Amino acid sequence: MQNNTNRSYYLVPYFGWMMLFVIAPLVLVIYFSLFDLHGNFSFINYQNFFTSVYLKLTLSSFWYAFLITAFTLAIAYPTAYWLTKTKHKQLWLLLIIIPSWINLLLKTYAFIGIFGVKGPLNKLFESMGIGTQQILYTDFSFIFVSVYIFIPFMILPIFNSLDKMNPTLIDAARDLGSSTWTTFTKVIFPLTINGVKSGIQAVFIPSLSLFMITRLIAGNKVITLGTAIEQQFLVTRNWGMGSTIAVFLIMFMVIIMILTGQKDKGALSNEQIK
Amino acid sequence: MKEIIRAAVAILIICGVLFYVNNQLDKSSGRSGSDTISVYNWGEYIDPELVERFEEETGITVVYETFDSNEAMMTKIEQGGTSYDVAMPSEYAIEKMKENDLLIPIDHSKVPNLSNIDPYFLDLPFDPGNEYSIPYFWGTVGIAFNPKLLDGQTFESWEDLWDPSLKQEVILVDGAREVMGMGLNTLGYSLNTKDEQQLQEATDKLKTLSPNIKAIIGDEIVETMRRSEAAVALVWSGQAADIMYVNEDIDYAVPKEGSNLWFDNMIIPKTAANVEGAHKFINFMLDPEVAAQNADYVGYSTPNEQAIELMDPEVTGDERFYPTEEMRERLEVYKNLGLETLGKYNELFLEFKMDAQ
Repeated sequence: MQNNTNRSYYLVPYFGWMMLFVIAPLVLVIYFSLFDLHGNFSFINYQNFFTSVYLKLTLSSFWYAFLITAFTLAIAYPTAYWLTKTKHKQLWLLLIIIPSWINLLLKTYAFIGIFGVKGPLNKLFESMGIGTQQILYTDFSFIFVSVYIFIPFMILPIFNSLDKMNPTLIDAARDLGSSTWTTFTKVIFPLTINGVKSGIQAVFIPSLSLFMITRLIAGNKVITLGTAIEQQFLVTRNWGMGSTIAVFLIMFMVIIMILTGQKDKGALSNEQIK
Repeated sequence: MKEIIRAAVAILIICGVLFYVNNQLDKSSGRSGSDTISVYNWGEYIDPELVERFEEETGITVVYETFDSNEAMMTKIEQGGTSYDVAMPSEYAIEKMKENDLLIPIDHSKVPNLSNIDPYFLDLPFDPGNEYSIPYFWGTVGIAFNPKLLDGQTFESWEDLWDPSLKQEVILVDGAREVMGMGLNTLGYSLNTKDEQQLQEATDKLKTLSPNIKAIIGDEIVETMRRSEAAVALVWSGQAADIMYVNEDIDYAVPKEGSNLWFDNMIIPKTAANVEGAHKFINFMLDPEVAAQNADYVGYSTPNEQAIELMDPEVTGDERFYPTEEMRERLEVYKNLGLETLGKYNELFLEFKMDAQ
């Protein structure tokens, strides 16, 4: 008994933290979302959210987040797979992680220079005879830079699950006559699905609310929910509407978490096979 | 367990050492001196040399911070938790701050240099008798363009921006009032309209500009135009001056339908901790020599008559940046629209941005 009460004291910092930095802000966001501009209690903000502007905004946020996640996954999976096959795995992995230690804004500004009309990329295009292209402020540049920034967050979980996988399973599959493609779709991919899911979470959710890159790289021609929240708080000073958008964003995030949630069954079978 | 405690102690010791070193560094650079003022200003809006000079002359240490919109500045001051002593909002923001009781009246006896200001800029409708604000700079909104990248186009009318040859060439400043104002001006409406019909028309008109838009950005406009990466930009006059300072090809025009005339002013927020120091700073900035040097550096137009005397007549005689009183007649000053209409402007602006391709 004594031991048990002692142990529950260790939970105090955890609950304190959760209350102060998770529960309290959530309650505040929901509370603020229930007031109109004049501080009267109302659901007007929720009604406003269902007007065309915000619905379109939500759709376009999802579309861009989807594109970013898809491209990141397409690049990250083969890379992670290749990493597990190399000799100095940890070194290669470190090289991929290091760029994520550099400040996000610095990296973004570097791309403004690279993609500029007079930047090195356009110089290259010109020497190849393609001629100067408008690269900055396009959908392409926006997705490219976002993918570049998110790649380490996708590679890490996939690498971990691939690395943990028992290689004898692949041999077994081969021995039983499955082709390379079948081995991948029936054995490797299902066993690493949890890594992919965590990767998708780590990329899709922040992509929904990207806002600095939308201005610096996409020239505000791509608008996400993040931009809208920033505008409501700093420019319009309509905290109610800003909070309402935030409430919806949180709801979307919860839904995505549930959809990509780790099923214990999958993890268990992985262990059991070992 | 032992290791955890050891690690925790090590972290605490490192934090303590860093804190001590930081404190010592602050002391040696005079930061923790009791006499400081904190100034809250737009980015790139003061000659840093003048800040140093003020520190030397008065022994007051200046903590300098910047903002990029009136709204962001007001939110921060309203929130409390800050103790800015001097800030430089625009006229409509001052109207709103007065309404919300966020300002401390300025003691004119402590600002004798106020007599250097051109009377045209004193006693304006947003602050009768300059009870709360002292003019800092003024200017217009217009079009900066690079004739070298265009074939002989001029921008006498806002309509010229819609020219099909400007595909993907126009940069707009990321401000709801500036861009919506442009739409309203093009149709001949007031910049301060609250009429929903007119606002909708302006938005529809702006949406047809979409193919010509390259980007809608903030301070980065200056660098982009300097490097001749875009041909045309909707900017504040001082940004244009900043661009021209480096890239001499650029020209600036205020279209004939009219545009915005604005005044930025120095104020003392209610949260100020050093009101005495704030007055000293304001008075210092009004000194003719200081104001002239500042205007040279910043590029906006100074309201300081005595400073103009000291400046290069080629600059102050340039009607693009110092429009005559007659030219100012067709320009309009922003009024405080109230939160609801401002919200409407922003929503329409958002709609327009989402439409931009």
